[in-house]
Amino acid sequence: MSDALLTHPHVARDGQEPDGAVMETRNLHAWYGSLHVLRGIDLSIASCRITAVIGPSGCGKSTFLRCLNRMHELVPGARVAGQVLLRGADVYAPGVDPVGIRRRIGMVFQRPNPFPTMSILDNVVAGLRLAGVCDRRRLAEVAERALRQAALWDEVKDRLQKPAAALSGGQQQRLCIARALAVKPEVLLLDEPCSSLDPLSTARIEDLMEDLKREYTLVIVTHNLQQAARVSDFTALLLNGQLVEFGPTEAVFTRPRDRRTEDYITGRFG
Amino acid sequence: MRWRRFVNAMVTLLAWAAGAAVLLPLLLVLVFLIRNGLAALNWDFFTRLPGPAGEAGGGMANAIVGTLMLLVLASLLGVPLGILGGVYAAEFPSAPLARTTRFLADVLGGVPSIVVGMFAYVVVVLPTRHFSALAGGFALGLMLIPVILRTTEEVVRLVPQSVREAALALGVPWWRTIVGVVIPTAARGIVTGVMMGVARIAGETAPLLFTAFGNRFWSWSPTQPVAALPLQIYAYAISPFPDWHRQAWAGALVLMVLVLSLNVTAHALAGDQAASPWGR
Repeated sequence: MSDALLTHPHVARDGQEPDGAVMETRNLHAWYGSLHVLRGIDLSIASCRITAVIGPSGCGKSTFLRCLNRMHELVPGARVAGQVLLRGADVYAPGVDPVGIRRRIGMVFQRPNPFPTMSILDNVVAGLRLAGVCDRRRLAEVAERALRQAALWDEVKDRLQKPAAALSGGQQQRLCIARALAVKPEVLLLDEPCSSLDPLSTARIEDLMEDLKREYTLVIVTHNLQQAARVSDFTALLLNGQLVEFGPTEAVFTRPRDRRTEDYITGRFG
Repeated sequence: MRWRRFVNAMVTLLAWAAGAAVLLPLLLVLVFLIRNGLAALNWDFFTRLPGPAGEAGGGMANAIVGTLMLLVLASLLGVPLGILGGVYAAEFPSAPLARTTRFLADVLGGVPSIVVGMFAYVVVVLPTRHFSALAGGFALGLMLIPVILRTTEEVVRLVPQSVREAALALGVPWWRTIVGVVIPTAARGIVTGVMMGVARIAGETAPLLFTAFGNRFWSWSPTQPVAALPLQIYAYAISPFPDWHRQAWAGALVLMVLVLSLNVTAHALAGDQAASPWGR
C-alpha cells in the first residue's frame, strides 16, 4: 500500500500540487531561554502526505512542530531563528500575524484537550464561533462535516449537546481533530496524538490519518517507531536538535543513510 | 505497642477536639441567634418600618431592602473591577503592573473597614455634601475588590494551559481566548469568589457609619442616606428598649441567614467544580 503511494504520484483532490512542498523550514533554530533546542533544521513537508518526525525524548521534535505554527513563541523566553515557509511565504516575516498562521496550520495535542465547559457540538465549531461566525445552520453543517471527517459522527450524532468531557479519551482526541478540521486548515500538525490512548483508539486515529491525507497535509510527531512506519510517507529523525535523516519512510527504515538512524531504529538507544 | 496505641488515640482525640473547637463558636452563635431572634421574627419585621422610639412593634423592612441595595451598588463597583483585575493578574503573572496590582489588592484587603469608610466619606460624602447609599456602596465595593480579585486570579490560573493552547492553535486571537474560553472555564470559581466576597461585606458596619448613615424611613434613591441591617442592629442593640433589643436579635438572625446562605451556595458551587474532571 505505502509502496504504491510512494512510487505513483498521488493526485490531490483539492488541486494542491501532488508531492509539492506545502511547508519548508530553512536553517530553523529554536531556544527556550538559553537552551538551544533546534540547531538548524532544513525540511520540506509534502502536500497531501504524512510526514512523521521521530526521535528520542527531548530531541526537539515537539518544539519543531510548535515552531511550524508559531505556538513555540507562547512559552515565555522562547525564541526562533531561521525561516518557516508556508507556500513560499515566511511565517516569521515581520508583520505576519501568528493568529492567521495558526488558522491555516491546525494542531492536535498530546493529551486530548476539549474545552471542558462546552458541549460536543460547541467544541467542534469553537474555532469558527470564536472567530465570530454565528449562523447556526452553517455551524451545524461544518460540525457534521468535520465530525464525519474525524470518523466520530456516528458515535456522537445523537448526543451533540452532551458535554465533551463525557467522551472517552480516544473519542476526545478525534473530537480535537474534528475541531481542528472545522476551521479548514491547510496543514494539520499532530503532536504524539496517540500517546495517551489505548491500542484500539490508536488504530482508529491511524486509519483516520490515512483518510485525511486525501485532503490535508499532515505532520505527526511520534515516539512510536512502528506508528511512524505504519502511517507516514516521509520520516524525519531528530537527535539532539539536529536533523539526522530525512526521506521516504521506506528508505529511512530499510536503508538509512546515517549510522545513528540505524542505531536508533534498531533500538540501540533512545 | 500499647504505648503507641495510646499515643495514637490521644493525637486523634486532640485533632478531633481542635476540629470541634473550631465548630463550637459558629454553633453557639447560631444557637444564641435562633433562641433570641426567632421570637421577634414575624411578618411585621419583614414588611414594616421601624416604630417610634420606645413603642413596641414595627420592623426592619427598610433595612433589609437597604442592605440589598448597598450590596447591589457595591457589586457594581467591586465585581467588574475585581474580575478584570484578577484575570489580568493571572494572565500576565510576571508583568510589573500585575505584581503591583496583586500587592495593592492584598494591602486593600487588610485596610481596617473603618478606614475604608472614612475614605469613602472624604471622596464621596464631602464632595456631594450628602450621606448616601452611593457612598455606602462605594465603601463596600472597595472592600469587595480584593476578595474577588484574588479568588478570580486563583481560579483563572487553575485553567489548564492546554485549554488556552487549544484555542490559540485554532487561530483564535488571544483576547477572545480569554473571554470565550478561559473565563467560561473558570466561571464557576469566579461566581464562588463573588458570592464569598458579597457574604463577607454584607455584615460590615463600620464602613457604613458615615457613608450610608442609616435611615428610619423608606429610601429608594441612591443619593439619599439608606438603612442597613448592621446599622439598624447596632442602633437597636444600644437602645434602652427591650422590644428593640429583641428586634436587634431578629435582625442579626436575618443577616446571619443571608450570609450563611451565600456561603453555602458558594461552597456548593466550588464543590461541584472540584468534582468535575478538570477541577482536579
